[in-house]
Amino acid sequence: MGNVIKVGMADLKVCSAPDTLTTLGLGSCVGIALVDPVTKVGGLAHIMLPDSTKITNNQNRAKFADTGISDVLSLMMTNGAVKSRIVAKIAGGAQMFKLSSDTCDLMKVGMRNVESVKANLKKHGIRLLSEDTGLDYGRTIELDPQTGDLLVKVVGKPIKVI
Amino acid sequence: MSKIDLNEVSEMQFDILAEIGNIGAGNATTALSQMMNQKLDMRVPQVELLPFDSMSEKFGGEESILVGIMLGLEGDVSGMMMFMFEETSAHHLVNSIMGNDMEKMEPFSEIELSALNEIGNIVSGAYLNSLALLTNLKIISTVPSMAIDMAGAILSVPAIQFGKVGDKVLMIKTQFGDDEFVNGYFLLIPELESYEKILNSLGM
Repeated sequence: MGNVIKVGMADLKVCSAPDTLTTLGLGSCVGIALVDPVTKVGGLAHIMLPDSTKITNNQNRAKFADTGISDVLSLMMTNGAVKSRIVAKIAGGAQMFKLSSDTCDLMKVGMRNVESVKANLKKHGIRLLSEDTGLDYGRTIELDPQTGDLLVKVVGKPIKVI
Repeated sequence: MSKIDLNEVSEMQFDILAEIGNIGAGNATTALSQMMNQKLDMRVPQVELLPFDSMSEKFGGEESILVGIMLGLEGDVSGMMMFMFEETSAHHLVNSIMGNDMEKMEPFSEIELSALNEIGNIVSGAYLNSLALLTNLKIISTVPSMAIDMAGAILSVPAIQFGKVGDKVLMIKTQFGDDEFVNGYFLLIPELESYEKILNSLGM
């Protein structure tokens, strides 16, 4: 059995099989799980916001979909992954609270995160294999680079593999 | 003008914000205690300046299940107010107010969920009213919304609000109740600019 490496909020990490990567309690944030199925190198980013160019204080690159994806990809390549082989699975982007007021654009950030993650993956030519996004609940995810499986755990629901 | 720098919040600013928590949460705890017809204690409020990663630890870890009731703040102060408690506490609260058997722990019924939401509304109202009186600011809250989920997922909402300006969250946290019966938190999480407005209104 390998180690389970924990990725925090606004954080990204890479590993090689048999190690696995996990991030706990994704709400409106999005977890981007990437794998090179040949070298079994995996990467996981936990992003909070869609776009670093809209924010002045953007030094923490792992916080944003655009810079986070670009950094996790380069880190995977330094660890032996080949970009053209990397495939992605994503989870998160929930709307945790429903508010009637439309002025609160903060509430739609989950949806915008998912859109931005997809657009950025496309920009890098990374294929999105599957996703478990949106709705109104939190998710814990675990990526096994050996199999490419992404486990999604939700409160009160059976564990699913995507 | 008092400016707040998330990298360097002054001792004085911490003290004043804690006092706001004291007055707000004091009124909120009284309102809750009257509703439950039971004595409730309140701890000393804490002003917490936390990196995103260590936020959940303060509430039992990312995967601990919490009931969170959130109200958006509008008017002079924007941001959010959150009222959070552990699942067993939420059951105790509802049982006590609805006259159920105190040991009832079945999943919440529709009416119980609506009662919890209303408790959140009344209690947060007491907190915000006292804050508005103290600062002479206009504070309007939105209709409350509730989530029963992992702490990490619930706290991602205020984390994202602060993520736009920095890498830490500043919140006024007050724990109420005892360890056995009811244990919960009031969190006042204004946006950074609103913190400055609050401090200015108090002559800082």
